[in-house]
Amino acid sequence: MGLLSKKDSKLILDPLADNNPITIQVLGICSALAITAQLKPSIVMAISVVFVLSVGNVVISLMRNIIPSKIRIIVQLIVVATLVIIVDQVLKAFAYSLSKELSVFIGLIITNCIIMGRFEAFALGNGPWKSFLDGIGNAAGYGLILIIVGFFRELLGSGTLFGFKVLGDSVEKTGLYAIGYENNGFMVLPPMALIVVGLIIWVQRSRNKELIED
Amino acid sequence: MAIDTEKNSYTVIFAIVMVLVVGSILAGLASGLKPLVDANKRFEKQQNILYAMGINANEGTSDVAFISTDKVEEEFKNAITKQYVIQGADVTEYPEAYLIDIKKEEAKAKDPDYTRKLPLFEGEKDGETIYVIPIRGKGLWDAIWGFVAVDKSMTIEGVFFDHAGETPGLGAEIKQRYFMDDFEGEHLLNGAGVFKGINVAKGNADPKNERKNDNAVDAIAGATITGDGVTAMIMKDLKMYVPYFKTLK
Repeated sequence: MGLLSKKDSKLILDPLADNNPITIQVLGICSALAITAQLKPSIVMAISVVFVLSVGNVVISLMRNIIPSKIRIIVQLIVVATLVIIVDQVLKAFAYSLSKELSVFIGLIITNCIIMGRFEAFALGNGPWKSFLDGIGNAAGYGLILIIVGFFRELLGSGTLFGFKVLGDSVEKTGLYAIGYENNGFMVLPPMALIVVGLIIWVQRSRNKELIED
Repeated sequence: MAIDTEKNSYTVIFAIVMVLVVGSILAGLASGLKPLVDANKRFEKQQNILYAMGINANEGTSDVAFISTDKVEEEFKNAITKQYVIQGADVTEYPEAYLIDIKKEEAKAKDPDYTRKLPLFEGEKDGETIYVIPIRGKGLWDAIWGFVAVDKSMTIEGVFFDHAGETPGLGAEIKQRYFMDDFEGEHLLNGAGVFKGINVAKGNADPKNERKNDNAVDAIAGATITGDGVTAMIMKDLKMYVPYFKTLK
């Protein structure tokens, strides 16, 4: 393997599947439920978390030897908060309508348990490069689930993808709607995200029996 | 040299340095991006005003769709012909009246010596003169605000409402089309020309909103307080413009 050693690539690939933060560790569920009614906010949220977690992991890792252990949680919190404010400001400047749509959820990245979890569990004990990969991997694992959930919820709930009417027009009864298909309005409500995540967990565990806990 | 990271003095110094560094990074970023953020806020206001006038990108029964941000400035210049500030009996033209902060004016007006500046935007649509008035009030949790477009007899041409933090699915629905569209054609004055506002309430026996001269609009079920807030802000803010509209006749 060229670019990454086996150990390093494991850092990225593990959280995508067998150690996924959402489906295996069941962290970061709150935002996964809230913003996945459409594909676009899911992707923006995924990108934002990739940025916050990878950069944050590197910053914490660089500072790991000088952070006083008594206030390390507060220091981690400041790092996350700073990065989140940066994301929020940049979105407000360059993607205003999107930032209105995501509103409080960008701020809520701060409370995303995956981020503090990775800082505490990984970045404090590993070098910057490893921490960076770990951040990318975990955020990507989180983002992947977000995008899968967002895809199904938007497709089945609104019949659109990125706002494009891929199944035809529900009002003018074209495409699939012409033969009596109806949007499932339940899909746009938050509880359905929980059920979709549950289905993903089910599929994943039935394919890999080692993941099943007693 | 190994640093003793457990010492109290080190902890305090670390915390102070950290806060200073982070503070200056964020302050620099915020002031660097401020022009862009302000421009976005300006566009949003223009979009909202145009929306109330009925200039929007709505299709059929779709969700609220504004004029896109890259076109809004030009559209706004075309549609809004004059902007005024009404202060007591004085009506003066003021080209940037839409940037007046209603919230600040409301606070200043608590001083009895201060006459409140009331912004008013005059526009044209399909050959008819339309007046757009900004309003602001309180919902259940936080501020609600909007724009009301009326003709010179104070009949509503269109409205736009927004909110800071009403309950999703209930109060937050005031910015949905099914609620806002109901206001179209409603009269703010009663038959005798007295200002009555619009009463947002249930139980007016007109849920389909077919009667346009009853000064009432059907409320959203489960959003009583937000609806009352809409009623109150229309009453309070639009009433101040009535003397001006009387002079138009």
